[in-house]
Amino acid sequence: MSDPRELYQQVIIEHNKKPRNYGDLETCTHQAHGLNPLCGDDIVLKLVVADGIVQDVRFQGQGCAISKASSSLMTVNIKGKPLAEAELMVEQFREMIRGTLDTAVDPNILGRLSLFQSVKNLPSRVKCAVLPWATLHSALQGEQTVSTE
Amino acid sequence: MSTAALPLDVARVRQDFPALCTPFHGKPLIYLDSAVSGLCPRPVIDRMSHYQAYEHTNVHRGVSTLSQEATDRFEEAREKVRAFINAPSPKQIIWTRGTTESINLVAQTFGRQRVQAGDEILLSAMEHHSNIVPWQLLAEERGARIRVIPMNDAGELILDDLEALLSDRTRILGVTQVSNVLGTINPVKEIIARAHARNVPVLVDGAQGVPHLPVDVTDLDADFYVFSGHKLSGPTGIGVLYGRQELLEAMPPWQGGGSMILSVAWEKTTFCGLPGKFEAGTPAIAQAIGLGAAIDYLLGLGLDRVGAHEHELLAYATRRLQAIPGLRIIGQAKAKASVLSFVLEDIHPHDIGSILDHEGIVVRAGHHCAQPVMQRMQVPATTRASFSYFNTQEEIDALVSGILKVQEIFQ
Repeated sequence: MSDPRELYQQVIIEHNKKPRNYGDLETCTHQAHGLNPLCGDDIVLKLVVADGIVQDVRFQGQGCAISKASSSLMTVNIKGKPLAEAELMVEQFREMIRGTLDTAVDPNILGRLSLFQSVKNLPSRVKCAVLPWATLHSALQGEQTVSTE
Repeated sequence: MSTAALPLDVARVRQDFPALCTPFHGKPLIYLDSAVSGLCPRPVIDRMSHYQAYEHTNVHRGVSTLSQEATDRFEEAREKVRAFINAPSPKQIIWTRGTTESINLVAQTFGRQRVQAGDEILLSAMEHHSNIVPWQLLAEERGARIRVIPMNDAGELILDDLEALLSDRTRILGVTQVSNVLGTINPVKEIIARAHARNVPVLVDGAQGVPHLPVDVTDLDADFYVFSGHKLSGPTGIGVLYGRQELLEAMPPWQGGGSMILSVAWEKTTFCGLPGKFEAGTPAIAQAIGLGAAIDYLLGLGLDRVGAHEHELLAYATRRLQAIPGLRIIGQAKAKASVLSFVLEDIHPHDIGSILDHEGIVVRAGHHCAQPVMQRMQVPATTRASFSYFNTQEEIDALVSGILKVQEIFQ
């Protein structure tokens, strides 16, 4: 296993402490509840989508630093983006965590999300990082609840 | 004669555990997770390996010498368990896959016979999911109700109102001997006596009790006592259901199949007596023999010496961890086994667990299959260190350094 400091970088620690777009949306067009029953990570994600663009997004719930920072950075990265781009990010994030996409080499739109690349060396934490993305995917597909189990 | 005067030779004991003598992430393995599953000492591994290599065939079948000898070894292991928990007869020792299966067996036979619509099943607030869910399934099926013995903030059961909770509709009381999260040692003998005064039978979950405490089911007067081999330095896949003989005899069989019958005809099948009635199919033979070897190993160390060492480790760890600013121990009962749960500021236990893992320290992080305990203590999860007879104070020092490193990363 690599040094945990590689994963627990300042950006992740900081997003864990002060998550962006944290809270509820009174009205939304899409929402989903993501659960990781094994470790208790639990997020509710709400979105306002109009004209094919993610106009607003919020999340709330509880979880470890990895899942919270992943949720926070996800919301920052999809806000204002077209749906197709958000879905592409979901796909590329998953590929990065699986190790089939190397952000240093392969073309991608992940930007700062590449911070999570070293999660692939921590198999027991993969689900924590992927949970918000799986939840986003179900929200956009119109599913209500998703579990990473 | 007491052996407590001579302390456990921990350095020598550790040599019996291959994993403790092998680097992990390039560091010595510090295994503080015996409450999730104990490590197997070499004599237990060797005994199972020898059985599988030279003595194996099916048991209770055929006339071959090999089959007879396999059966003898298998039944000797049952007798070792009987003696270890002081059960009156080996007939009362039923092999199962583990604690969970033992409880499901009781719920689906004894429970189905006794529990009807409107009846009550009384459980404690600190049960593991394995002593909750089988009863919920039964309650759902029968239209019965689960009631709960509450606990205080220290993690001790509040027994003042036990008589009020034991109603005329209570059909069984299930309680853990030792909490897997809080370490609390419950006064099960007293609980059983008070339940019996109301004619309520009691199932004791001994999964966390039997590794730490001498168990005497006759003295406890338990109706059912259940535990797993793998928490007792034995292998997984084997567990025990002890039951009072007249109760076991009155219960219907659970699973049907070979081994549990006297005769089978299309018109009618008759079942065999105890313990075979509850042991359909080929059992986990090597694992049963391994559990017998684990009991021999523990008795060889001396249960009082094991207990004394674990008690010292708990006292030392409690003192060291309490001194860490921002750390809060969850479970402060007066009587505790060597299980220590804690929360650290608002750092999630999974992050703590991952960072400790990198230091070679294995702990459990999460809800410990006891979500109602988490809800009662108002924490989403805890980090848990559990100490066994092979652990040392130096390993606890390493845990403390690891926790300080977590704080440094998260500051």
